[in-house]
Amino acid sequence: MKLSYKIAKRFLKSNKNQTVLIILGISVGIAVQLFISLLITGLQESLINKTIGNNSQISITSFTQDYINKEEININNLYNLDDKIEDITYYLDINSLANISDDNFNLIIRGIDDSYDSIYNLNKHITSGKIKRGNYIILSENYKNKYNLKINDAIKILANDQSTFELKISGFYKYGVKALDDTLSFMNLNDAQNLFDKKNKISSIQIGISNKNIFQADEISKNIDNYLSNNYEIDNWKENNEDLLSGLNGQSISSIIIQIFVVVSVVLGISSVLAISVMQKAKQIGILKAMGIKNKKAASIFLIQGIILGTLGAIIGIILGIILLLLFTTFATNPDNTPIVEITITYISIITAFLVAIISSILASLIPALKSCKLNPIDIIRNN
Amino acid sequence: MKNILEIRKVNKFYGDQIKNQVLFDINLLIEEGSFNAIIGASGSGKSTLLNIIGSLDVPTSGEILIGGRIESHMTSDRLAEIRNEVLGFIFQFHYLLPEFTALENVLIPYQIKHGKITKEAKQRALELLKEVGLEKVENNLASNLSGGEQQRVAIARALINNPKIILADEPTGNLDSKTTNIIYDILRNINKKYNTTFLIITHDENIAKKADRIIEIKDGKIFNDTKKD
Repeated sequence: MKLSYKIAKRFLKSNKNQTVLIILGISVGIAVQLFISLLITGLQESLINKTIGNNSQISITSFTQDYINKEEININNLYNLDDKIEDITYYLDINSLANISDDNFNLIIRGIDDSYDSIYNLNKHITSGKIKRGNYIILSENYKNKYNLKINDAIKILANDQSTFELKISGFYKYGVKALDDTLSFMNLNDAQNLFDKKNKISSIQIGISNKNIFQADEISKNIDNYLSNNYEIDNWKENNEDLLSGLNGQSISSIIIQIFVVVSVVLGISSVLAISVMQKAKQIGILKAMGIKNKKAASIFLIQGIILGTLGAIIGIILGIILLLLFTTFATNPDNTPIVEITITYISIITAFLVAIISSILASLIPALKSCKLNPIDIIRNN
Repeated sequence: MKNILEIRKVNKFYGDQIKNQVLFDINLLIEEGSFNAIIGASGSGKSTLLNIIGSLDVPTSGEILIGGRIESHMTSDRLAEIRNEVLGFIFQFHYLLPEFTALENVLIPYQIKHGKITKEAKQRALELLKEVGLEKVENNLASNLSGGEQQRVAIARALINNPKIILADEPTGNLDSKTTNIIYDILRNINKKYNTTFLIITHDENIAKKADRIIEIKDGKIFNDTKKD
């Protein structure tokens, strides 16, 4: 093996230009493969995030009534149902008509507790003030700007049942999603239940799944369905986003196809260079065989050349790919300077790229290796 | 004396459609430690015979026995071992690996056999290079050596594994007469020192005359076989 390695190295060195070119070829291929795979992964993650990021993956509502009686469901048992369940929260939604400066608009008052943040990241989106106990409410910045509101201003609320209340503003939030910001306001769950006479009532239970298991939402929701009685309706994000899912699927498949073709062209590139190299080094292989090198060892020279080329190509390719990704995230940005696609470089993607390079190099060197096996020293010696 | 090599009824044909017979029923016995010259016009089949003896080529019929063993009964790996350990080749066109230095070229058969180069092996290679008068160019790439130097490296390489038989095909074919004499002196020296058997194809009459035995091949047959006493 040592001799084969030594010969392989010398062969590569003796043809520097050819070696450098093929390593560059592999590098570019691997860089593109890494770039595409991470780009598509990043794209899909950000798409999923934008769709269901500040949202739960499974929701439970009552099938028969407007509200769930919280005492009927043991949240702890729900938690233990599946270890992929990461977060559970529940809230009470009160549909109301708000009145500010003689303007009326629909407003959902959502009673929440501390667990709400684990799924909806509300605290991150609170721009001023905070959720306070008592008859306090948090409103979106949209209204703050529209009506010139300040903390501690009061707003009038007309609930569904025609009862009226006055609530004070304890802060403002901004999710940046108009549909949310225009309709939602928040207050403490207990206070909301007391104020609107909905003791122990909640509108829905929301369940968050850990990111890596996000695509198992349908199975988990089936488990929950089996656990709960028929009085509940269980929704999961996959059911509600079938278009997105089929879009993602198409994207994944096309990304894999592109990667496969890139890798195939890398394999063909290495293979053709090594095949030429067998021809170029036919004389040397013939001499070595006359000196008594065995066929397997002669073949291993070309396999080792493939591995050397693959390893160097992989290292340079991965560095190139990472540079490409960094450039992409630095220069392809939104107006607020955040990257258009958030890309995270993962170890697994780098290891995959490395293995792809090595395996494709070995595959590519198989044909030249076999060719060298068949080389007969007498042909070289007789023909000089 | 003991025979180290036996050639039994060897025939060789070339060509698939039009058969062209190159060797006709060759029978030969070669004694251990002998220095044999094979002469004959070009195209007489002497190189083919040498290549067949060296297991580089296969006879169409007949057998080659090296140390009493029949070559054609051996696997290709076993033949490779024989070429590596029992035989040493010196070709007219040197056939060094141009990517390696003189010293590395000499050590290649050793490395094929043992894998690793020991200090002793390197020492021996240096001694062989000294013996052929090349101690000064040991670290030069083979491609940077002159024809005579390359041929001497090839001789040192043929000797590194202490082969029993050395097969040389016009080893001085394209060298000047001075270098030719030096190289033959080297070969003859080795023959005496290590009792190595030599089979040398040559066109040089002076050299042939110095051999223990002259085998003349003509049209694929042994035409003349003269042994000196």
